[in-house]
Amino acid sequence: MKKTIITVVGKDTVGIIAKVCTYLAENEVNILDISQTIVQDYFNMMMIVDMNKAQKPFDVISTELAELGEKIGVIIKCQHEDIFDMMHRI
Amino acid sequence: MINLFEVVETNKMIEQENLDVRTITMGINLLDCADSDLSVVKKKIYDKITTLAKDLVSTGEEISKEFGIPIVNKRISITPISLVGGSCCKTSDDYVELAKTLDEAAKKVGVNFLGGYSAIVSKGMTRSDELLIRSIPKALAQTERICSSINVGSTKTGINMDAVKLLGEIVKETAEYTKENDSLGCAKLVVLCNAPDDNPFMAGAFHGVSEDDAIINVGVSGPGVVKYALEQVRGQNFEVLCETIKKTAFKITRVGQLVAQEASKRLNVPFGIIDLSLAPTPAVGEILEEIGLDRAGAPGTTAALAMLNDQVKKGGVMASSYVGGLSGAFIPVSEDQGMIDAVVAGALTIEKLEAMTCVCSVGLPFREILRQRPFPELLQMKQQSAWSIRRQRQFVLFRLSEKVWAKPWNLAVCLDMHQSCR
Repeated sequence: MKKTIITVVGKDTVGIIAKVCTYLAENEVNILDISQTIVQDYFNMMMIVDMNKAQKPFDVISTELAELGEKIGVIIKCQHEDIFDMMHRI
Repeated sequence: MINLFEVVETNKMIEQENLDVRTITMGINLLDCADSDLSVVKKKIYDKITTLAKDLVSTGEEISKEFGIPIVNKRISITPISLVGGSCCKTSDDYVELAKTLDEAAKKVGVNFLGGYSAIVSKGMTRSDELLIRSIPKALAQTERICSSINVGSTKTGINMDAVKLLGEIVKETAEYTKENDSLGCAKLVVLCNAPDDNPFMAGAFHGVSEDDAIINVGVSGPGVVKYALEQVRGQNFEVLCETIKKTAFKITRVGQLVAQEASKRLNVPFGIIDLSLAPTPAVGEILEEIGLDRAGAPGTTAALAMLNDQVKKGGVMASSYVGGLSGAFIPVSEDQGMIDAVVAGALTIEKLEAMTCVCSVGLPFREILRQRPFPELLQMKQQSAWSIRRQRQFVLFRLSEKVWAKPWNLAVCLDMHQSCR
């Protein structure tokens, strides 16, 4: 199973997680893990998700999430887990 | 499992510190396209390139999107064309025709550059090699994406001075042919020694005869990441400094390895090498300052550069299964902001640059020398440089580019020297 990492970075406001999660639920993306912190006054969230059942292809979800981010005023990025694994695990 | 801080670190490298994959270069063997009829060769070459590389650009973009890492260039390198065109090209103009076909193929598949309009003349020059070399000014003026390289020497054979002499004229002619366009032709031409067969970087890329039918080579760069990492350990001892460079080089190279593996899998082409070269995006000179020099060029510069190069290589070797022949630092004085600043400030002299070329690739500004001394003497200087470098298993390339004349301190001829780590 290929996991995907979704990162959300931006100024903290009400409902960021709700909106992102709603979008993911609508597209049948399963959330496996969420962690969140405030780094340098910025809201930082990371989700590990499973997109195997998602109806839409990866790049569509990635673009739509980025658009959703623009609406809320945060930056949302969608990346395969491998890049982090490669860089930080031997 | 990956934690938030690791994710943030990776994304910060990409977004703020300019970590990127410089290039995915597909090496294509064209030896099987050789024929005695020029039109047949042209057709075969065009067909082979457009078939093998048809998905190269789209695959690069896909990978870039999925992993969230920019892949700046997609390129092709081919078998040195003097080997392929030997029997069908009777005149220099025939080679120009081949160059045009290559240019069309490059445009068709959408790659940024196609390298391999090359000849290897390190010991002797065949008639075909000479025709190709003589066709370079015209070919580079009439094409857009073709890069040319000539290997004029190697550690084993020495330097072919006849070829060097001929190329001195060709470089000037190339500048002349493209003078309306900033002498751009010269930016697409390198003359070098000990050229590696698997170099993914332009303009020196070609697909050596010792390689597979097709391979994927990847080049990574990330001086911003190294600089940032060094800022975090400012004031600490040498051990920490070296460790930090190594760890950072490791992380950068791993990204390249991932991209190379994915590209290789998706294109069904074997993986060749990763080449990690700290190149000026925007400045390697600033890393030297971060190591503790007042400016690039100050006492200790050569040692600092040697250490940087050494650590980058050590980190890179651990991170990838195959590391390419060019890995190290690449700091052309004409492009690297840190080096330009140092020259403007009067900190960097030609003598220092000469010392630095013993470690890795820098550029020697010859404009001032050119003004004061006649051409044969300049040529002699080039020879001397090349000789001393050859002894140290380096390889050399020089470019004449009108483009660099525009720089504040006016370069005319750069003698860029690369290190071969093999």
